[in-house]
Amino acid sequence: MAVKSIDITGLTKRYGEHIAVNNLDLSIDKGEIFGLLGPNGAGKSTTILMLLGLTEVDAGCVKVCGIDSGRYPLEVKRKVGYLPEDVGFYNDYSGLQNLMYVARLNNIPEEEAKERALEILQEVGLEDVKDNKVATYSRGMRQRLGLADVLIKNPEVIILDEPTLGLDPEGVKKFLQLIVRLSRKKGMTVLFSSHHLHQIQQVCDRVGIFVKGKMLAEGKISSLAEQLFSKNTFTLEGAISTAVQDAAEPLLSIKELVQKIKQIKGVAQVELNNNQFVIESQKDVTVELSRLVVQSGYGLNFLSKKEYGLDDIYYQYFQEGQAHEK
Amino acid sequence: MAWMIFIINIFKKVKHMKNKVLRTSISKVNELQFRTGIAQLRSLVFRDDNTATNKEKFPWAPFKAMVQKEISDHFRNWRFIILFVLISLACLGTLFATLADGMKAITADGSGNNFFFLNLFTKSNGTLPPFFGFVGFLGPLFGISLGFDAISSEQQRGTLSRIMAQPIPRDSILNAKFLAGIIVISVMFFTLSFLVLGSGLIAIGIPPTAEEFMRIMVYTVLSIVYVSFWLNLAILFSVRFKQSATSALLGIAAWLFCTIFYPLIASMIIKAYEPSQFASPRAIYFYEKLKFYLGQFMPNELFDGITSAILVPSIRSLGPLSMEQLQGAIPSSLPLGQSIMLVWPQFTGLLSLTLLCFLLSYVVFMKREIRSRG
Repeated sequence: MAVKSIDITGLTKRYGEHIAVNNLDLSIDKGEIFGLLGPNGAGKSTTILMLLGLTEVDAGCVKVCGIDSGRYPLEVKRKVGYLPEDVGFYNDYSGLQNLMYVARLNNIPEEEAKERALEILQEVGLEDVKDNKVATYSRGMRQRLGLADVLIKNPEVIILDEPTLGLDPEGVKKFLQLIVRLSRKKGMTVLFSSHHLHQIQQVCDRVGIFVKGKMLAEGKISSLAEQLFSKNTFTLEGAISTAVQDAAEPLLSIKELVQKIKQIKGVAQVELNNNQFVIESQKDVTVELSRLVVQSGYGLNFLSKKEYGLDDIYYQYFQEGQAHEK
Repeated sequence: MAWMIFIINIFKKVKHMKNKVLRTSISKVNELQFRTGIAQLRSLVFRDDNTATNKEKFPWAPFKAMVQKEISDHFRNWRFIILFVLISLACLGTLFATLADGMKAITADGSGNNFFFLNLFTKSNGTLPPFFGFVGFLGPLFGISLGFDAISSEQQRGTLSRIMAQPIPRDSILNAKFLAGIIVISVMFFTLSFLVLGSGLIAIGIPPTAEEFMRIMVYTVLSIVYVSFWLNLAILFSVRFKQSATSALLGIAAWLFCTIFYPLIASMIIKAYEPSQFASPRAIYFYEKLKFYLGQFMPNELFDGITSAILVPSIRSLGPLSMEQLQGAIPSSLPLGQSIMLVWPQFTGLLSLTLLCFLLSYVVFMKREIRSRG
């Protein structure tokens, strides 16, 4: 078996009472693009910091390219390119000078560094502005310069922390395409974190959903959906009306109606709120439900079947995360 | 800017000379190559040994790049230029004040000391404080201004985490900042000392004696140590506090405390112990000792002691002396070695304060988690 690019076992990080990362296991294969998805404060950045040995690990083990980053952070940093969240540059230096400085820090010979820097600047589309000061760069250009900055040391793994933050939609798209193109070209492993599901979905081979320091689900996006659908596949939303003109009093009280609905085969959960209801079920119960409502003497204002999208996967897991917390 | 170009030219020349030296030494290297060949063979056999040492090897080239960048940042920074202009103006001003009135200030000395050049640094006609006073006063400000945003500005700009992600040891950042600061300070202080020496030479027309020259050099080196203490203190504050403004203010507060408030407090304490006219010699001795030691806590007092002992050769003790100790002493000046011996404790104290600050910033910085901003 080949050495995993990133191998995390039982990783835990505490800040006082607060547990930022809780017993995390994760492994990423070489050449894979992995998306770390989670809300703000979920512990994504902390995990990334521990991957680079920038913060101390409380328990567990982190291996990047087979090297323990807690013990040999320098070796790891030689192989990993890291683009921090909201990266900064030396504003009075030009883009090229910023790149050259990083190249020098990586002990790349001057000639080679210059060659490589120009090449990479061309790849990320900054060759026209390479001699302008970074202070004049736009947000998107800075982000692309950040990517160039990561690539100049020819890393085996690149880690991007919220790389698309603050970019416009067009910029996000281009940036992500750039990442994918470059990483595929050079066979690099990419780990990137985001709280935008759609961005991750566009580019990642595999996704981990990370909430409150725990990896709630992990896998290909399609398999994530399956994991979710195995429980309650369908959600029906609708509203009942009590004021039906020509009918007598309804046969059942609303409470009784809810009881009846629950008795329908496959229904898992019923929520009723101001005559609006949400029903989760394992199979399609639309027909039975509408019949029951009407027979009970109520009117049915609307009834809609809700399809699960990726957003719902996300929210579903988020809610579970909160439920765990409670 | 002329002086800058001048300095740069000097550097270039030195570099050029180095190249020459390198070329001549190439022939020697050829001789050595045979030996290195053997060493390589050996390393092939004992491979483990070699890789182990490689891992331990410190990456000098990145460190050099960092120091270079810091130095060029300092030289380009307006803050540095303004302070340098300020200090050189102050120094030249005192020089002219000293040399005005036909050098009365230098020569008017009853004790028969012939150190004209040293007097250039220590005497003035009263309109302005003497040279060393200015350096003692403005030096700390200079150190603070070089260091107060060393780490915090990198953090605020978000460059720190980017640099930390490169394969350099974490302490390299601190070391590079510190070393760059010291180099900048050294360049400035030597420039100033030589400027004063040179203009004094022109004005007086007598070349300095070897001893005088050495004393001025020792003084310059010690003032670099003094300013590097303030630099270190400022770096410590910049590591500890995220806002540059906070660390700058704290640095200035510490400086004001040392120069203004601490002497006030010390004098209040001393007042309380002031012996009466008829007190026993023991009480008087105790009082004098207390007065002396209370002063020794503050870096600026230490530095004052150092400068006066180095620049005024007739000073034979920094603390209280009893009549007994003075009996039989010949009223002449001390040789340089003895003056250095005299200030050795002060010098050690200053150095240890500097190292203490460095150590503290090390401890704070090494354990810290580096997030992108804030």
